[in-house]
Amino acid sequence: MDIPKEHLVDMYETMVKIRRFEERIREMYFADKLPAFDIAAGLIPGEMHLAAGQEPVAVGMRPHLQPGDAITATHRPHHIAIAQGVDLNKMAAEIFGRDTGLGRGKGGHMHLFSVEPNFGCSGIIGEGMPVAVGAAMAFRFKGTDNIALSYFGEGAANQGAFHESLNLAALWKLPVVFICEDNAYAISVPKTASTAIPDNSDRASAYGIPGVLVPENDPVAVYEVMGAAMDRARRGDGPSLIEIKTDRLWGHFEGDADAYRDEAFKEEMNQRDPLIVFGKRLADEGILSAEEQAAIQEAQYAIVEEALDFALASPYPEPEAALEHVFA
Amino acid sequence: MTTATDRKLTMQKAIAEGIFQEMDVDPSVFVMGEDVGVYGGIFGSTEGLLAKFGPERIIDTPISETGFIGAAVGAAINGMRPIVELMFVDFFGVCMDQIYNNMAKIHYFSGGNIKVPVVLTTAVGGGYSDAGQHSQTLWGMFAHLPGMKVVVPSSAYDAKGLMISAIRDDNPVVYMFHKGALGLGWMVNNPRATGPVPAEAYEVPIGEARIAREGSDVTVVTIGLSVHKALDAAETLESQGISAEVIDLRSLVPLDREAVVASVQKTHRLVVVDEDYHSFGMTGEIISTAVEGAFDHLDAPPVRVATPDIPIPYSHGLEEWALPSSERIVAAVSELVSG
Repeated sequence: MDIPKEHLVDMYETMVKIRRFEERIREMYFADKLPAFDIAAGLIPGEMHLAAGQEPVAVGMRPHLQPGDAITATHRPHHIAIAQGVDLNKMAAEIFGRDTGLGRGKGGHMHLFSVEPNFGCSGIIGEGMPVAVGAAMAFRFKGTDNIALSYFGEGAANQGAFHESLNLAALWKLPVVFICEDNAYAISVPKTASTAIPDNSDRASAYGIPGVLVPENDPVAVYEVMGAAMDRARRGDGPSLIEIKTDRLWGHFEGDADAYRDEAFKEEMNQRDPLIVFGKRLADEGILSAEEQAAIQEAQYAIVEEALDFALASPYPEPEAALEHVFA
Repeated sequence: MTTATDRKLTMQKAIAEGIFQEMDVDPSVFVMGEDVGVYGGIFGSTEGLLAKFGPERIIDTPISETGFIGAAVGAAINGMRPIVELMFVDFFGVCMDQIYNNMAKIHYFSGGNIKVPVVLTTAVGGGYSDAGQHSQTLWGMFAHLPGMKVVVPSSAYDAKGLMISAIRDDNPVVYMFHKGALGLGWMVNNPRATGPVPAEAYEVPIGEARIAREGSDVTVVTIGLSVHKALDAAETLESQGISAEVIDLRSLVPLDREAVVASVQKTHRLVVVDEDYHSFGMTGEIISTAVEGAFDHLDAPPVRVATPDIPIPYSHGLEEWALPSSERIVAAVSELVSG
């Protein structure tokens, strides 16, 4: 791997942190919802979309990010937010609906917004894509070399917002990288039943911009492709479209019976769990020993626990605070 | 601020002048939309801006409202103050997600940490046989959805001042201009579309209604082009010995409820005129406001003059019958006062 060691270590650390965060959120989400599942009950009410398995998509861009770069993500946003360095304490507090959260308990896990780093996400499919285009316009107006990254799922690639955003970014040669997280399922509908062509990266040709397919859920491959696309955008050479084949290890949302994916598929998917595969590769190539990986796990788990402790120790907002922040 | 001036402009030129003056002093302001550049806006809202500010700041877009309105949101979050034009409000159907789910909610979702200072300009209204997809006002629907200010000027003076206030506002502002109130040479002739406008920049506060005409027998509350029709009606009514007070709301969000209540307390009768649809809209909201705030002062049940709950029809006679007219206002007021 022709990648600086500190970048490999950084990506591994971040993958560990993301996976641990998602596992712990999952535990706490279900803790007081079982045996009878009640979506509105417990410390974390509402829908919960977790990104275990999609870590490579998030961490591969991380070493190429600059302060001020904007990211828009989806209804499944935690991995991207963590990889960009969104304050984990405030993010956890928001997920738990606390007054110390990123949005003071008004947004929840699908509506996480951070000023620094510059992060936003949305519960509506494709909604963040035009926003990334606008962020890139602002960077051009201000004369910075910042770029915008727009994450979306393969299900969003059939939305009008996808095509409008690619056209605008290409037309105006804006510094945007569009990243399709292809986990092959839009809830229950497989990509083969929703999309006329196998690879959304081919759709880049309709807008005259580079389209690159990352066929494996591999942080190193993502690192290389994202590095080139982000450099290109930062140089002023315009947008790119990347599609990354990734895996959603769990259901669409927690509580999803996931009956639409057969057991053979799930077994195969778990066999290629990117955290395990990447850890083994780092060990095999002498970059991180098993002991070093264990130390990383211990450190990252502690960071996650600290965030959860912060959230749980935080007060809920006063009910009347619901009326605040409608207008500035 | 009111400055006596002999300088007269149409509402259309007043809007463009307000944008011009703010762009001249604030480099974060830019305009994008369909035909805002060389055309100057289909209804002239951006007339003369391209020549002064160039294509970098006056940006013609593809017909791609989700894309460019969403881009305005992204630019606003990142320090710009975009003015983005939805050519006809009727076109909201192709881009409403970016407006009400995104632009209007991000400030709230962020717990107040992120501001979204977008001005969404859009043309509203009928009366010139453009049929059901180019003639609606729809302000009641925008006002119903939390998180957007909604302003609708009816005079050239207010149009400039409200535009400057909207640009300087840190919130999303939906700025609706009525095609029939702009004073366009190719639109239905309207002498009330031209009025005094000071040359310098000034603000008209968003959320304050204006007493367009003082009166004592009945309060007529309205907005947009219907203000002109209500003023025409008030002149006719005066010759019949009825003194009508006309309240121009100027904005629906925020709504100046105090102005409505105060006027009803004075006149004891209320007629609400709305070019928007009859049901679930502005007329119901204003009447509720009067009932909640001035119930004991009302001498008669309030009356509404609105567009019936039908798509705006094309044929001239059908449309003229459907939209509020000064004749309908005169009839409603006469019946209310004599009854």
